[in-house]
Amino acid sequence: MEGRLTLNIGDNLLDALLGYLVVFIGLTLLMCVVVITGKIMVAKLKKPAEAPAAETPAAKAAAPAAPKKLAPGSAGDVKLYDTDPRDAAMIMAIVADKLQKPLNELRFVSIKEVK
Amino acid sequence: MLESLGKLVTESGFAGFFSNPDGWRNLVMIAIACVLLYLGIKKQYEPLLMVGIAMGCLLANVSSVFMTADGSLPDALYHQDLWDRFLNVEAYKEGYEEYLHNYGYILAEGGLIDILYIGVKAGIYPCLIFMGIGAMTDFGPLISNPKSLLLGAAAQFGVFFAFFGANLLGFDAQQSASIGIIGGADGPTAILTTTKLAPELLGPIAVAAYSYMALIPMIQPPIMRALTTEKERSVKMTQLREVSKTEKILFPIIVTIFVVLLLPSTAPLIGCLMFGNLLKETGVTERLSDVAQNALMNIVTLFLGISVGATMVGSRFLTLDTIKIVVLGLIAFSFSTIGGLLVGKLMYKLSGGKINPLIGSAGVSAVPMAARVSQREGQKANPSNFLLMHAMGPNVAGVIGSAIAAGFLISMFGG
Repeated sequence: MEGRLTLNIGDNLLDALLGYLVVFIGLTLLMCVVVITGKIMVAKLKKPAEAPAAETPAAKAAAPAAPKKLAPGSAGDVKLYDTDPRDAAMIMAIVADKLQKPLNELRFVSIKEVK
Repeated sequence: MLESLGKLVTESGFAGFFSNPDGWRNLVMIAIACVLLYLGIKKQYEPLLMVGIAMGCLLANVSSVFMTADGSLPDALYHQDLWDRFLNVEAYKEGYEEYLHNYGYILAEGGLIDILYIGVKAGIYPCLIFMGIGAMTDFGPLISNPKSLLLGAAAQFGVFFAFFGANLLGFDAQQSASIGIIGGADGPTAILTTTKLAPELLGPIAVAAYSYMALIPMIQPPIMRALTTEKERSVKMTQLREVSKTEKILFPIIVTIFVVLLLPSTAPLIGCLMFGNLLKETGVTERLSDVAQNALMNIVTLFLGISVGATMVGSRFLTLDTIKIVVLGLIAFSFSTIGGLLVGKLMYKLSGGKINPLIGSAGVSAVPMAARVSQREGQKANPSNFLLMHAMGPNVAGVIGSAIAAGFLISMFGG
């Protein structure tokens, strides 16, 4: 085979350490990029949400709070993403049954349909 | 009449077991292929690829039994000698330059599987599989918890530990790199790396990689329980933040630019992985995403399995090196799990007990098997524990990590 390389123990160890270091550095830098992007996106999403709230404090005080979309049978409010409340109720009942715990002792945070 | 019958008998594969010097090896490989078929069908060890690999092995060995007087294998579906001439620099020096890196020669002289194998040799199948994986993967858990990337990096420990070990056992640098990448727990990456660095080891490395990936639920739990306490395993992690659609679209673009610029040799794997993911996330290329994750993925899986399995011809597979590779592969998998768990434990300490160290073992990139194992072990310690989404972050980070590890090894030893 062409260009085959034999390493002595020192070079072997060095290459192994270097390789592991490269993977770590690469993914650490990527983590920094993802964190920064995430922060920018979260800040962007917060801005439009805060703006209307600041504009109409009086209207907000006058109007009663809109009822949140609750999934039936949960011990709190569950965020539903692309999920029908009936399906959500069924999923929660199955989980409770599997865990053998009463449904009112479980807290479901969100249910999302995986497409 | 008798003469014709005699000719038929002497030219049959059964006679070939005795007339061909490697006939007994083919016979053993046929038995091994049957065992692999059993594991794939009955035990369901990565069946989509294992059945193809086993059938490729069976076909290559059954059709390679009969050898003519001049040493050629006219009925073989896969010809190891053609690929030796295709790759061998020594043959080039001896005046066989028309064979060296000449796909035309393979097309003209090769059998069915030789032609399918061109896709492996050219690195096409593993990349297309990565495209399908990208189209099936939700990077949301990773984007919402970017620290997962550290666990994905930590879990590449086994790759470099096995690389070091393989060198000590007498393998050259290219072979050691190919053996080490088994620890990435990523079949396509292992196949691509081996094809580029040590194609003669493709059969045993592919079988070891896919077998151990299937055995993750047996390999990882004892290590997880040995390295973590009951208290650590029962940690419930807080809900991940919601990830916006824009972030999900930006992620594959950012990763492609960043990782490929950092390590250009990762371009085929990372590029295809992220392209597939972009097709999924854009929302405007649903048809393409559907093809990438279903039709294309299935077709490539068919071709990849059968052509990789065909490299397991008796004369190459039945060696001491194969046993060493199987042992080193297990070591690589185990140490990758250990690496992920140890960094998971460190994150547990640094976060004041908020991170469950079990998600570290999911840093090996067998998606979603490793994440499921973390979920199962976490739930054993605390039945109300749901670690799956938290473990998916390190799990998909492991895919990127193993691609970077492969890119490093290819750029170092690829010549």
